[in-house]
Amino acid sequence: MEKSASERITSALFVVIVSLFFLLPIAWLFLAPFDGQPTYRLKLSDPSLNNFREMSQNPYAYRSLLNSAIFSAGTGLVIILIGAPAAYVLSRVKFKGRDVFLYFLLLFSSVVSGSAAMVPLFLLALRFNILDTYHGVIFILAGGLLPAAIFILKDFTDSLPRSYEESAKIFGASSFRILKDIVAPVIRPGLAVIFVWAFVQSWGNFLIPFIIIRDINKQPAAVMMYSFYTEAGDAVIRTVAAFGLLYTIPVLLMYFYVNRKYGFRFYGGIKG
Amino acid sequence: MVTEIKAGSRTDKSGNAVLRGGAASFFLSPATIIIIIFLVIPAFWTIYLGITNYRLTGFSAVDPEIIGLENFRRALSDPAFFNSLKVTFIFTIGSAILGQAVLGFFLAWILFGLSKRVRSTVEIIVIAAWMVPSSVVSFLWIAFLNGDVGTLNAILGSQTRWLIDYPLESIVVFNIWRGTAFSMLLFAAAVASIPKSHLEVARVAGASRGQQLRTIVLPAIRPYILTDILLITLWTFNDFGPYLITSGGPGQETELLAIFVYNNALRFLDFGYASSIAAIMLLINLILSLIVITTGKKRSQ
Repeated sequence: MEKSASERITSALFVVIVSLFFLLPIAWLFLAPFDGQPTYRLKLSDPSLNNFREMSQNPYAYRSLLNSAIFSAGTGLVIILIGAPAAYVLSRVKFKGRDVFLYFLLLFSSVVSGSAAMVPLFLLALRFNILDTYHGVIFILAGGLLPAAIFILKDFTDSLPRSYEESAKIFGASSFRILKDIVAPVIRPGLAVIFVWAFVQSWGNFLIPFIIIRDINKQPAAVMMYSFYTEAGDAVIRTVAAFGLLYTIPVLLMYFYVNRKYGFRFYGGIKG
Repeated sequence: MVTEIKAGSRTDKSGNAVLRGGAASFFLSPATIIIIIFLVIPAFWTIYLGITNYRLTGFSAVDPEIIGLENFRRALSDPAFFNSLKVTFIFTIGSAILGQAVLGFFLAWILFGLSKRVRSTVEIIVIAAWMVPSSVVSFLWIAFLNGDVGTLNAILGSQTRWLIDYPLESIVVFNIWRGTAFSMLLFAAAVASIPKSHLEVARVAGASRGQQLRTIVLPAIRPYILTDILLITLWTFNDFGPYLITSGGPGQETELLAIFVYNNALRFLDFGYASSIAAIMLLINLILSLIVITTGKKRSQ
């Protein structure tokens, strides 16, 4: 595109300044874990892996990462197993009241936030005896993410031809078999993206486990990271640095996986 | 066989060929049940609790009473509530509308005119700020804004205690950093969808980038601007994230509504009062959502 010299310089300056604004706060995460004497300062002196060794001494560090994996994979699975069949029905069957159903699904999913509903969610967990349980957190997270997952999977299914399902139907396949053997393989890319999305959302979620989980053995990394830097003071900055990086890596890997395989742009709008 | 398939696809127009009614409801009900329990019931329960004096401790823990609008009356005479409302308002307008939407748009527009390599590099940096878990970015900002050796002070050559002297400004800037990626991606898609020929014509006619922006780009993406602003306003209004940086302090200077509800509910165990505030949040969410859905519908028609 043709641009005047002053336009070029303004653009370049803007891009450099904005990039620095986004880069500088995050740079610490990639330097401090390898710094022999980490402080709040952005630097890399005396490089070593001692911080990771120090972190490994903490009995709860790895445990909390495992807990995060359980919460996130559990939520992803529930979303797929429950959301995909629902999305399929909503895509293929024009039952009476479907549009009303979709309308209220959209409305409730945007109105009810974790912050606004935290009291009843806590009481619900108390009453159902799911405080301090894995499935308690998983179902609450799934409840919040399901509507968006259903909408995306429905759009995805809408774009697929029905001819395979119709043929299978004519040859006498049951509804369950059609879903399992014909639909699932075709919408697999959509399922993979939804799983990764639900995983990343749950992996980073702080509020729900913060409210529902009190037992330190079941706390996920989100809450553990917070306890490290609020409760223990400056002394544990080594642990915070190393743990922060380890906790972040899976999210970045998943992002690059989705970006390479399916292109992030299209799914850019999915974030709770 | 061929005729049968045709017949099949014809009956399918009414929607009954692929799935029988029984199977359809079997597939639909687990999702419906989960959504009712964890989304619909909590909404109505919040409103109900908002008109009770329910506490987790003391007499009303055993036998909560309905006290009507008492909690709302209390909120109207509670300076802490008005403080929280004001903080949330400044945070939302400042970080979402003036911050994320404006910065996201200019990023998308300027990157649109640059090479693919520059564009994807900058995009990755902006998206990284959005992907990293909130408890990690919170600590990164505590380090970045540290009064003694934080990166910001190192650059400015100052010793400002940002989180103590400018707490609200700090979380506004933090949230611009945190959330601009969404607006950038949305506007990038919007700008890319403008027919190339329109921009071409303007350029041949001698329009500068600024003129192209005003006469072609802004009118073309107006619906996206509205959608973007409504969505980020909704999310920012409900945000609990800054709690991880400031815990709502110092004092109550960064006590957003979400933090106000949390403190009243889970620290002071005053569930009735907390729920009445949460009910007000739900009402505001409802209004914003109805505008989003209505404008979205109009656009797709």
